[in-house]
Amino acid sequence: MEELIKLKDVWVYYDKSICALEGVNLSIYKQDFLGIIGPNGGGKTTLLKVILGLVKPAQGKVEVLGDVPEKSRKFIGYVPQFVLFDRDFPASVWDVVLMGRLGQRGWGKRYSNEDKKAAVEALKKVGMFEFKDRQIGKLSGGEQQRVLVARALVSQPKILLLDEPMANIDTSMRAEFYELLEELRSKIAIVLVSHDLSAISIYVNKIACLNRKLFYHDSKEITAKELEEIYQCPIELIAHGVPHRVLKEHGK
Amino acid sequence: MIEILQYEFMRNALVAALLASVACGIIGVYVVIKRIVFISGGIAHASFGGIGLGYLLGVDPVLGVVPFSIASALGIGIISKKTNLPEDTTIGMLWVMGMALGVIFIGLSPGYAPDLFGYLFGSILTVPFSDIILMSILDVIIISVVFLLYKEFLALSFDEEFATVVGVPTKYLYFILLCLVALTIVVLIRIVGIILVMALLTVPASISKQLTHNLKKMMVFSIFLSSVFSVSGLWISYEINLASGATIVLVSIGGFLIFSLFKKSSLIFKLFI
Repeated sequence: MEELIKLKDVWVYYDKSICALEGVNLSIYKQDFLGIIGPNGGGKTTLLKVILGLVKPAQGKVEVLGDVPEKSRKFIGYVPQFVLFDRDFPASVWDVVLMGRLGQRGWGKRYSNEDKKAAVEALKKVGMFEFKDRQIGKLSGGEQQRVLVARALVSQPKILLLDEPMANIDTSMRAEFYELLEELRSKIAIVLVSHDLSAISIYVNKIACLNRKLFYHDSKEITAKELEEIYQCPIELIAHGVPHRVLKEHGK
Repeated sequence: MIEILQYEFMRNALVAALLASVACGIIGVYVVIKRIVFISGGIAHASFGGIGLGYLLGVDPVLGVVPFSIASALGIGIISKKTNLPEDTTIGMLWVMGMALGVIFIGLSPGYAPDLFGYLFGSILTVPFSDIILMSILDVIIISVVFLLYKEFLALSFDEEFATVVGVPTKYLYFILLCLVALTIVVLIRIVGIILVMALLTVPASISKQLTHNLKKMMVFSIFLSSVFSVSGLWISYEINLASGATIVLVSIGGFLIFSLFKKSSLIFKLFI
């Protein structure tokens, strides 16, 4: 199986003393759908930023598509945890989605027909094409989230990184959102991080836990002991994985 | 109004007001949507050092401001991107450093600095033709750069981190934007002076931001609004003999208040959208 992302013994510090990631090892392969859970402040966003080359590790090696992240990140679709503070911001949905194509051309060039076609396709995929002329700030949080997914998909990435994508999406929309991700998975490896265990659905095929240290067995199982170590409090295991089980059978 | 145009100083003032409106209409929009109002204020005040340098070297002080404001723009940009210092701290320090340097330079220059007040608070009625040429050149530079980097600047203002990820060289783009702000300040010095520059950089853009959600229209509206504010301010100051820069600023703020009241009754809104 083709290895897309490889992190080897990665350590990250903020302000030289606060440790954010502690010796993280991680390999992500083609067609993976990896869910990473962990408490707030556990380093989930930092991990994504390391993969994107936005945060430099103090120690360790990061390889994306066999190269340094700065060179490979144009093949990554990034859906940040984004809050639009300015509801009046002068950009339409269409403008925002096209921003995902900016890296593919020289400075000062106009958007090509190919760019526009990709934007139409991406908007249709997330079901937001009818909203293309709407001002971005006038959409609901969930709608904005879908536009951000379209913005990430428009560059036809090989890897999709999603930071807390369910935060703005209400429960009834989550299933639909996961179906979209499931559909994408045949072409794109997906990494999704969330602090909310219940947001990781049955669709993910691998699961990891992160609280500075990463617990990952390249599979879909985590133990109660690991979870307790990560969340630093007793965790009651409620398996919601039917037909796929995320947590080991328990309850004796 | 027509008969006062027979004076050359009045024609120059009018042209200067329109040239300044083009620059601040375009760049003011970015200052407002990228939220760099205080960075721009810092650059403007730090440019005072350039005025002093001009006096010291015996050249047109406005020419002295060009390198000085660009240096302070890059200084603020580089320090805030490369160090962990909070941006507002950097701004505060460069702001006063530029002004202090200006005072020292003026003190060192021989004789007396005659129209210093005009550079601080504007003196649109004394704009020489050479400054009109300089302003036109700067306008052309600003328009061409924005024309070329329009999409990139929009992405930079909307979500800088994402733009970096897709491969836009955001760091350089940000520096370029700050340099354009610096050049705009140079264009505005003759009109409202460095102390009052922020009014024309923020008021027209923030009104037009509420009128439209299209960036290009927003620029056109801002250019129009700042022309209206500066020309009517100029006219009022001439008629009742007030300081021109301060009158333009007060007319702008007055315009903003009237607009806000109108918007509350939401009449004007329905007309535009």
